[in-house]
Amino acid sequence: MLTFIVRRILYSIPVLIFSTFLSFVFVSLAGNPVALLNGNPRIPKNTIHLIEVQNHLNRSIPVRYVFWVRDLFTHKLGNSLLTFQPIWPDITRTLGHTAQVIIISETLAIVLGIVIGILSAIRQYSVFDYISTSFSFLGFAMPTFWLALLLQILFVDIYLKWNVRIFYTSGLNSPGQGTWSLDRLQHIALPVMTLCIISFAVYSRYMRASMLDVINIDYVRTARAKGLSDWHVIMRHVFRNALIPIVTVAALNIGGLLGGVIITETVFSLDGIGFYFLQKLQNGDLYAVMAYLVVTAVIIIVFNLIADILYGYLDPRIRYD
Amino acid sequence: MGISIRASAMTDPITPVSEDREVAPPQQTVDGVPIAPVGGLDTALDQGLEVKARSQWNYARRRFVRHRLAMVGLVVLIIVFGAGIFANYIAPYSFSEIDLTNLISPPTTVGHHFFGTDAIGRDYFSRVIYGIRTSEEVGVFVAILSSLIGLVVGAIAGYYGGVVDNLLMRTTDLVLTLPFLAILLTASALLGQGSQWRVSIILALLFWTGLARVVRGIFLSLREKEYVEAAKAAGAGDARIMFRHILPNTLGPIIVNGTLAVATAILIEAALSFLGFGIKPPTPSLGVLVSDAQANPQQWWLTVFPGLTIVIIVLAINFVGDGLRDALDPTQRRVRA
Repeated sequence: MLTFIVRRILYSIPVLIFSTFLSFVFVSLAGNPVALLNGNPRIPKNTIHLIEVQNHLNRSIPVRYVFWVRDLFTHKLGNSLLTFQPIWPDITRTLGHTAQVIIISETLAIVLGIVIGILSAIRQYSVFDYISTSFSFLGFAMPTFWLALLLQILFVDIYLKWNVRIFYTSGLNSPGQGTWSLDRLQHIALPVMTLCIISFAVYSRYMRASMLDVINIDYVRTARAKGLSDWHVIMRHVFRNALIPIVTVAALNIGGLLGGVIITETVFSLDGIGFYFLQKLQNGDLYAVMAYLVVTAVIIIVFNLIADILYGYLDPRIRYD
Repeated sequence: MGISIRASAMTDPITPVSEDREVAPPQQTVDGVPIAPVGGLDTALDQGLEVKARSQWNYARRRFVRHRLAMVGLVVLIIVFGAGIFANYIAPYSFSEIDLTNLISPPTTVGHHFFGTDAIGRDYFSRVIYGIRTSEEVGVFVAILSSLIGLVVGAIAGYYGGVVDNLLMRTTDLVLTLPFLAILLTASALLGQGSQWRVSIILALLFWTGLARVVRGIFLSLREKEYVEAAKAAGAGDARIMFRHILPNTLGPIIVNGTLAVATAILIEAALSFLGFGIKPPTPSLGVLVSDAQANPQQWWLTVFPGLTIVIIVLAINFVGDGLRDALDPTQRRVRA
């Protein structure tokens, strides 16, 4: 197992280098970072030239990539090209906010998805099953941005009509409120709800299908035949085996979730990493965009690794050597 | 054998010879002499009835037609996509016609403004209809192009293995490592937002990996089969084996994958356009419509109609895709969702 983990980590290093290099080329070609400064007549040409030299912008892209990798390790992702501020504090701050939203919404979605998935599998083709299945089909077809906007409009309307503030519809905090406050919860409730509905559709559908895969296997029939109660059969023999695929799906879902976060945070103007990325991309802030891509790539690789390890742990038939 | 034929004879009505319009597959005859049907058919033949010979595609079509949700999806899809294709005839106005005397009117039948008008008095129904056209063009184009790329790469990788195969698997790994939407956004920023074709090509270039993996898997297992060996012994070249002997076996997954790719492409195009990295405004796109509606949150119809259209299209395509999977890909059949 340990050799497997080490091998996977070693293997992900060239993947990471290659993918960051590709994105670096893409992002560098996308725009000239000093174009904004060039447009400003009050900044002398000498200053711009100095900035270019300091940031190695006059060198070729592969050389700049090497400088960027050096900055990545020695200067914690380096400085922004537009504001000259260090990028690292921005990343940690926004990532923290995003993590809060993702952890709450995923926990809700996984618990709800598993419960609803089990219930609709053991009552297959019942009214309950049809309702929950339609709901998850709807979740699959729903554009994230549209769902977010509908929730936003709904709660703006509620506020305007009855003057009741249930949830805030944009931003992260009211002034002077902290990370763990009711005010924060009211702010992130709608983004959490959006992501939760989208993920719930995935989990409940997978859970149902995976329950149904297991429910007709011989050992379940044996368990019933030897007189175990329904509850015991479902919980000990079906549920535990049906859970294995869900673990993988949940871990692999992180990539899609980060995409959903870009959209959700933009709609709700939430100061998270997705919103940060989109703003920097619009401004053509090369190093900030790269920082986002590296951080998310590492997150995705780590979660893929966790998925593989958990899978091997939960399913002893799988051996890594 | 007898049992399976009997079973299908039970469910399928046995039609008289005169109405039989199906072509019998070649193995039914040897040098023009029909082979006597075996087992349970005798009784049917004694009564002067004949069982229709059906090809695989025939069975697939029957399975598909029986799939209720898929048929509903297909009908909805034909209506919605038909509206998009014939937008010129169906839309009461052009998508850019401005009527400054009729700003943000709610949905009404007066003047055929079924979906109301937007902030500068353009007929919203027409804009949504033209938006459907853009979406369907993007979806179908992406599905076809990405299927072609995926098919060729997957076939070569699976059949020859070696370097190509390695390269393909590493590329798919690479695509899986990066956040999909972020890469799309970056690529769109690089190429600049623009026409729907540019957006479609970007999407297609990132969409093919999934299908390539599927096709590769099928080629990998089939190239070892005896019938491929037989074809080789008969002197068939690589291209002939790949396209005549193995390719038909991959058509099922390709069709299913392609159908579902249309839905995914439409959803992602809408998201890109919504974020301002997709289709440029004069071309109406459902994502751009929803994005523009943010300026008028109190006018519900501006947000609801284009979004609802996306939901209906994607739902219908997913139903059709599920039906096609059940019909074409019986090995992959799952419990009914």
